[in-house]
Amino acid sequence: MTDQAERPYAPPSLHLPLSGDTALDPPAEWEELRARCPVAHATLPSGDTAVYLTRYDDVRALLSDPRFVRPTGRDNAARLAPEGIGGAAVTGSAMVSIPDRGAPHQRWRRRVGRYFTAKRMTALRPGMTRLAEDLVDAMLAGGAPADLRASLGFPFPVYVICDLLGVPAEDRDRFSHWSDSFLSITRYTADEIRTAEQEFVAYMSDHIAAKRAEPADDLLSTLIAESGTAEGGESEDGDGGGLSHDELVATGMGLLVAGHETTANMIGKMVAMLLSDRSRWERLLADPSLVRPAVEESLRFDTNLGFGLRRYLGEDAEIGGHVVPAGSTVVCSMPAANRDERAFDAPDTMDLARTPNPHLTFGAGPHSCLGQALARTELQVVLETLLTRVPTLRLAVPAAELRRTEGLIVGGLREVPVRW
Amino acid sequence: MKLTVDQDKCCGAGACVLSAPEVFDQRDEDGIVTLLTSEPAPEQHAAVHEAAAVCPAAAIHVTETD
Repeated sequence: MTDQAERPYAPPSLHLPLSGDTALDPPAEWEELRARCPVAHATLPSGDTAVYLTRYDDVRALLSDPRFVRPTGRDNAARLAPEGIGGAAVTGSAMVSIPDRGAPHQRWRRRVGRYFTAKRMTALRPGMTRLAEDLVDAMLAGGAPADLRASLGFPFPVYVICDLLGVPAEDRDRFSHWSDSFLSITRYTADEIRTAEQEFVAYMSDHIAAKRAEPADDLLSTLIAESGTAEGGESEDGDGGGLSHDELVATGMGLLVAGHETTANMIGKMVAMLLSDRSRWERLLADPSLVRPAVEESLRFDTNLGFGLRRYLGEDAEIGGHVVPAGSTVVCSMPAANRDERAFDAPDTMDLARTPNPHLTFGAGPHSCLGQALARTELQVVLETLLTRVPTLRLAVPAAELRRTEGLIVGGLREVPVRW
Repeated sequence: MKLTVDQDKCCGAGACVLSAPEVFDQRDEDGIVTLLTSEPAPEQHAAVHEAAAVCPAAAIHVTETD
């Protein structure tokens, strides 16, 4: 920013990511930023500077603005990760070659999005419920205490997305490693990330070749069938065009990562939040019809969503009365926006019956989470299953001792120790 | 109550169908919203207001007719 008068007030100590006193608490800075400095400057782990948004209206408006998308490697955007490291989801690497804006993005999204409609997800419910019951029963059979993250939170969404995509769930340990490297800000070295990405691309390419040879009844097979037979062929711009080989690989990898790590973390955080004040759990036991709004409120109340969504400004943008100049990188804090008292009554109260609950946890606008009906269904099924199978569930450690995961673009808890 | 949806803005999130399945649907071919009725019955009004409020694309418009 060239004009001193236009420069937003920047607390000198604002280094992202921020963290609260305990794993479930919001960082103290959010309230002050929303009140005094909703369009702030902040330093990223790379040392570069970004604009940091914490108010609901600002975050929602920017995410809904079709002019702006996530930074790519081609933009001269602020870097998130220190030089030379950072996974593909962090650096905007060209390996993620999915059309990212305008009409081509809309076509890609509609082509893939039809597999994630609410109706299709509701049809998956009985199978999901059986899977959740099996995982919970295995956790119970192992005896207390157990780590709910490892026994239920991670395996459940992996099995569901593998089944949808048509990739073997036995490979889940490899997916977890590849996924972590994909989402790494500081956890892995550049060499580790490069190796993981090469392995992931090779795996997905082989898998697509196998599906091409022997199609099955799954999402990848269908996308391949629609994309014609020309391996490596370019997608057409017309409505009839399918996905190119690179787009298929990127789509498979993107869905595998997005469909597994985010929901897996959210299961652990949701259960931890509901058990950290056990009157919440008891209220759900007394009134299971609250499961749906309780899932939405858990999504809103979560403070460990991760780094926040980034947007690169290819032109000047007016945000909250400030002109933010072209070339800026903006970090949207959805969890800060979800606690904005301008948008929510009693935002720091976890109200399990809150309706409507227009939280921004899945983003907003044309890039809003493609798999949100899947995530909602998975979270509802997990919660219903736990309430039915393990009504005596409780945290095995004080909530203040829960620890966050670190170094990834997505946030979660390292473990969720439980008893029953 | 009169209801309209903007199919160009719709991002296929399906939040409306999860809120009010008797009023909203998604097309099988691309996941875009369709209306099962544009004049929902009074007992659906609360769910329709919820759907409009939570639509991530702000693609649902409700007009009160009385």
